[in-house]
Amino acid sequence: MQDASRDSGVESQAYNYAYLDEQTKRMIRRAILKAVAVPGYQVPFGGREMPLPYGWGTGGIQVTAAIVGRDDVLKVIDQGADDTTNAVSIRRFFAKVAGVATTTRTDEATIIQTRHRVPETPLAEGQIIVFQVPIPEPLRMLEPRETETRTLHALSEYGVMQVSLYESIARHGRIAKTYNYPVMVNGRYIMSPSPIPKFDNPKLDRSPALQLYGAGREKRIYAVPPHTPVKSLDFDDHPFEIERWDECCAVCGARDSFLDEVIVDDTGKRMFVCSDTDWCERRR
Amino acid sequence: MTPILSASGLTKRFGNRAACRDVGFELWPGEVLGIVGESGSGKTTLLNCLAGRLRPESGSVVYDSAAYGPVDVHDLSEARRRLLSRTEWGFVNQDARDGLRMGVSAGANIGERLMAVGARHYGDIRRTAAEWLERVEIEQDRLDDRPTTYSGGMRQRLQIARNLVSHPRLVLMDEPTGGLDVSVQARILDLLRGLVERLHLSAVLVTHDLGVARLLTHRLMVMQGGRVVEQGLTDQVLDDPQDAYTQMLVASILPV
Repeated sequence: MQDASRDSGVESQAYNYAYLDEQTKRMIRRAILKAVAVPGYQVPFGGREMPLPYGWGTGGIQVTAAIVGRDDVLKVIDQGADDTTNAVSIRRFFAKVAGVATTTRTDEATIIQTRHRVPETPLAEGQIIVFQVPIPEPLRMLEPRETETRTLHALSEYGVMQVSLYESIARHGRIAKTYNYPVMVNGRYIMSPSPIPKFDNPKLDRSPALQLYGAGREKRIYAVPPHTPVKSLDFDDHPFEIERWDECCAVCGARDSFLDEVIVDDTGKRMFVCSDTDWCERRR
Repeated sequence: MTPILSASGLTKRFGNRAACRDVGFELWPGEVLGIVGESGSGKTTLLNCLAGRLRPESGSVVYDSAAYGPVDVHDLSEARRRLLSRTEWGFVNQDARDGLRMGVSAGANIGERLMAVGARHYGDIRRTAAEWLERVEIEQDRLDDRPTTYSGGMRQRLQIARNLVSHPRLVLMDEPTGGLDVSVQARILDLLRGLVERLHLSAVLVTHDLGVARLLTHRLMVMQGGRVVEQGLTDQVLDDPQDAYTQMLVASILPV
């Protein structure tokens, strides 16, 4: 209770600490605890209206609001970049309503809220990474009925997911899915890793950091606790592979990071640069 | 020998209307049982009760499982019933669209059951799918086409392949040839007859077409108003019907 009163309100302002009221934060923390206890299971929670539209990170922002404290250091990235509109807005939002220190450096952050990427710098023990999730249900495109997908999860009936990978190979000669690549968490639940490139999937496996996933529109929270096995689905004769580039980053020369292709002029000239701005800056 | 499927005292009501009343029978391994009757006589409801899709008000359905021995279908946990239904059972729908995934290729449709029980080798799954496509007389170069590009008869044959790929012991069929033209019907009947014999399948076949029943089934059950009015060997029932309703049914076939 003492903590709550200390946290209650950025004194002179109308908002409670970290925007959400204490009851809501407690409710979200309960959902997070349950999610951590059952890795990969989607826990419903009472999502609130947030001061930004669905699809811009309402789920992630609620999770961050529920776990952020005065001693935390927050980093927010969007597509790997610290300086895109969404990242800047969310970072400033929390600096204002939670008085939290912010950073762009991955190794200094205690909480990293992300959209579409996992930082290149390996995450460490004690860090929490919060993912913004548009569609939490990995089976949604294959099975539109919520009652049915829940049954499939409950009974671990995941043949249909494999069917979609089969179909991809039959049509393209390889598993053509490049982002939001389905994973099996702890050998039990199939989970959508949010739309990160499959390049980042291996980083989820046995990561020392806690991974929290928040979906605002569908009001679901799920989690992968530290050191949990996360396996990308594949076939024995078509094993999971990550993307590779012939080029290196035009700015820092990195060969081992995820590269964005950028068109630089009207004649179609293009360059490849690291999508992780923090990683790129520190290598220059 | 024990029956592979035995039902006793099955009653299913929808409100005040009884769709099945006190239906009982035994199905022996390798036998094909036909259920005939006019539309609305409770044939499909009975089939759904047998498959565990509908819960009857009273009565039991006991299936002699290869894995677990005799089990009451309606007492099984949902997990186990669903496992049985995609390994030891097959269900052929009247409308192939209900039994197929229309959005994925024929190969994926046939391979689904294999993948559902843990097959994870693309090449093997594809080879098995191609073999089955051949067995149901569809050319192998249609393997990567979607069922939407198939004709009605081909879809029905694909549905049959999709069901039989896991080597089920019991197949439930709901009017498998309904809605198809007569020559296609004949081909599918021929195919089914061959497969049933070769794979030593037991099957329950619901149909309103006495010709289909005559060709495929060993034993026949005639239903009217949710009640079984007559049952016996197919030839016996059709050649020498005892019940007034069966006599009317048999007499109503147009001789060609």
